[in-house]
Amino acid sequence: MPVPADLEFFVDPGRCIGCQACIQACTECDTHRGVSMIQLDVLDRAHSTQTVPVVCMHCESPTCAEVCPADAIKRTEDGVVQTARKPRCIACNNCVLACPFGVPKMSTGMHLMMKCDMCYDRTSVGLKPMCASVCPSQALAFGTREEMERLRPGSRAIRSFQFGAQVIRTKVNMMIPRDAQEEIVDVTASMYEPTIGQEVLDTAFADVPDGGAS
Amino acid sequence: MSRRDLVSARDLVRPAAPAATADGQTTPPDGRPPAEQPKWRRDFPIDWGQDEYVSRRDLVKFMVLTSGAFAVGQAYLVLRSARDRGAAAPPVVAIARVDDLAIGEARTFTYPEGSTPRLLVRTGDSSFVAYDQQCTHLLCPVVPAVAEGKLHCPCHNGWFDLATGRPLAGPPRRPLPRVLLEVRDGTVYATGVEERT
Repeated sequence: MPVPADLEFFVDPGRCIGCQACIQACTECDTHRGVSMIQLDVLDRAHSTQTVPVVCMHCESPTCAEVCPADAIKRTEDGVVQTARKPRCIACNNCVLACPFGVPKMSTGMHLMMKCDMCYDRTSVGLKPMCASVCPSQALAFGTREEMERLRPGSRAIRSFQFGAQVIRTKVNMMIPRDAQEEIVDVTASMYEPTIGQEVLDTAFADVPDGGAS
Repeated sequence: MSRRDLVSARDLVRPAAPAATADGQTTPPDGRPPAEQPKWRRDFPIDWGQDEYVSRRDLVKFMVLTSGAFAVGQAYLVLRSARDRGAAAPPVVAIARVDDLAIGEARTFTYPEGSTPRLLVRTGDSSFVAYDQQCTHLLCPVVPAVAEGKLHCPCHNGWFDLATGRPLAGPPRRPLPRVLLEVRDGTVYATGVEERT
């Protein structure tokens, strides 16, 4: 049974308080009981308390599945990218290395890649995923788009991401401020921001000779 | 990729995000329609439904080719047995003089020329038996135990009846191939091989 088309997943890092409730709830999910598939990213602990929960974004062109040499990673018709098929997965780690969001996890004991499948046992019958059901600030939210529009007038959802030259459209939405001009989240852009007070770094890169390579 | 390229990646002209397909199927990274994709993409689809889908044409192709292969195999077997049936009668070869062997003695020979070793045993005044020496279990050479009226395979303790070549005990289940003999004018001739099951 597919996940209802009107129910969508929304990630709002701005609301994340770093309580790790989602990580605990994730271990209760019956599709991978006892193992948490959520990673809580701590951005820059020295300067900020900001944390970002990372769940699978369920890409429309899943990089994990593209790189899978064993044809093990499949996407169901509702757009959910599932954990690797156990009879096929060869535990090669390609997906773990390739995913731009860093979502798949290798269970070396089971020789199986496991990933967030949006609690398929729950969402396919219309329930919320475990993480969204416990998140106290609803940084991880599961509901209809109209509901989100109504409850969060200051935010809007986008679902395009850019990693260098790779543009990814996802099933999961990322909430950004409504007045932001961005239509695409340039994830790796922060890597090229000159560090404050050390702008020399940027020009230092620019002055490196090509060494013959173009 | 030089570091200069890395820096300028910030200024990349952003390619348009690939359009979402209406039927909920995976968009290939290059964004081209499914008909323009290479064949391996159709053979190894990312979508669950397509992965389990077998087209009627593929099923029919599989059925025709496999049943065709079976039919060809059967025809080959029929032709081969017909060819063997039409072959010339086996040669008659003198393999020993009666006087060469004392009663209860055995020797090996090959028949027809170049075959695996056969075992000739003199069991009585003018009675001889001859069998293939390879045990029908795992092809170890069998050893005659004439006093007991048996043939013994020491590899896995298999026993055959000396008079008939039938298995008596141990792992072998099939009788030893028998060499047909004829004693004429004090000479033992081999006249054929009887393969038995």
